[in-house]
Amino acid sequence: MATIRIPPVLRPAVGGEKELSAEGSSVGEILRSVADEHPDTQTQLFAADGGLNRYVNVYLNDEDVRVLDGLETAVGESDTLVILPAMAGGAV
Amino acid sequence: MSPSGAEVLRQIKSRIDEVDPAVVREQSSNGALIVDVREPEEWGTGHIPGAKHVPKSYLESRIEGAAPDRSQHIVLYCQSGNRSAWAARTLIEDLGYEHVESMTGGFTLWKDRGYDVETPRTLTAEQRDRYSRHLLLPEVGPEGQQKLLDAKVLLLGAGGLGSPAGLYLAAAGVGTLGIVDDDTVDLSNLQRQVIHNSTRVGVPKVDSAEETITELNPDVTVNKYQVRLGPENIMDILPGYDIVVDGLDNFPTRYLLNDASVRLQIPVVSAAILGFEGQLSVFKPYDGPCYRCLFPTPPPAELAPSCGANGVLGVLPGTMGLLQATEVIKLILGQGDPAIGRLLLYDALAATINEVKIRRDPECPICSRHPEAISDEEMGVFPDYDAFCAGAH
Repeated sequence: MATIRIPPVLRPAVGGEKELSAEGSSVGEILRSVADEHPDTQTQLFAADGGLNRYVNVYLNDEDVRVLDGLETAVGESDTLVILPAMAGGAV
Repeated sequence: MSPSGAEVLRQIKSRIDEVDPAVVREQSSNGALIVDVREPEEWGTGHIPGAKHVPKSYLESRIEGAAPDRSQHIVLYCQSGNRSAWAARTLIEDLGYEHVESMTGGFTLWKDRGYDVETPRTLTAEQRDRYSRHLLLPEVGPEGQQKLLDAKVLLLGAGGLGSPAGLYLAAAGVGTLGIVDDDTVDLSNLQRQVIHNSTRVGVPKVDSAEETITELNPDVTVNKYQVRLGPENIMDILPGYDIVVDGLDNFPTRYLLNDASVRLQIPVVSAAILGFEGQLSVFKPYDGPCYRCLFPTPPPAELAPSCGANGVLGVLPGTMGLLQATEVIKLILGQGDPAIGRLLLYDALAATINEVKIRRDPECPICSRHPEAISDEEMGVFPDYDAFCAGAH
């Protein structure tokens, strides 16, 4: 199963976990299985049309899936998906 | 009986080629390599523009660095034309250089003729002492230190990230530090904002930071901007700075900064922190992606926490601010691989740094265009801007 790294802002939606494992052979299948298991992530990951929200970047290992095959990108057992929402946080 | 030094010199001069300064002036523009063989103190008082400096005492060991090709046309000069004659003999007879000449009359005659002189800027004795650990590094050295002293870096905020970055950039001798911050020092800042201290609670952060920096390194000029960065002042503040250090805590200003820095072609060393995690990247306009290539739109306000309301481990902005300072110094020196097109992800609890690639977006609404085509009206604007800002406040 592939590993999914969950960013701090999404952790409350997955019970505080930093990493998840999920079944699936593509980026889309894996993210949908995350959303099925943790419904609070659904609106944060996916736009109304079923595509990825534009403010969320997803990387297969270190490469943006948008320059690969997007949600269709094939994912192997030992791959890591990194979910990265935009972050603006200096320390006030 | 051995001949006198003067006799040997006369013999050497009869064997080597000597040239008049007027000829050297033409030759230098025709590709000849002009080499000054005087001592460092003499070089420091002025030299022929474009000349390389190889003191006669290091000639044999250092000339190859300046002139690796032995067929290169080389003109040597000293103060009066004698040491350069000896040096020319060494290059020709001992080291096999094929086309070497010595300038008659030396630098004294050159100056008397009224030809151009370049006076190198040198570090003071105190600066040589203060920056001695930099001077020992080949990647910095006197030239690199001079670049640092000439550099102008703008810190957006004297807070969690700006405090450590500002302290170390000042210590490193970055000659001009601009600081934009409209806030005053609060006791709760001192857990991480190490440029301030307990006696300055209530003092404007720009004043407090200036005091610390001046005490640390009087070489540094501090420009204070006690304002909140916004569309009404960004184009007055940014021009003239070489690099911006960004630790902005909100998206509208983050996009505004991006667009202004692309328009002005100023690199931005950016960091963000949340909880125990930090991100860092260098956005160098047109060399790599910009912030909009990475995040074309911000998240909705409820998913965009700022650090003010959240906890932050005090040392984390220290770590990230110093990574920013390191990137700034690398950019100034032109050394190493800056984090351009890469986003570093630091996890303090796991003690790991991962990175992901950031690609330039060929359709980026800002950096796919010519800098002059970016207008005031579109700077800092993004889709659903009004809704975002309504949700954020």
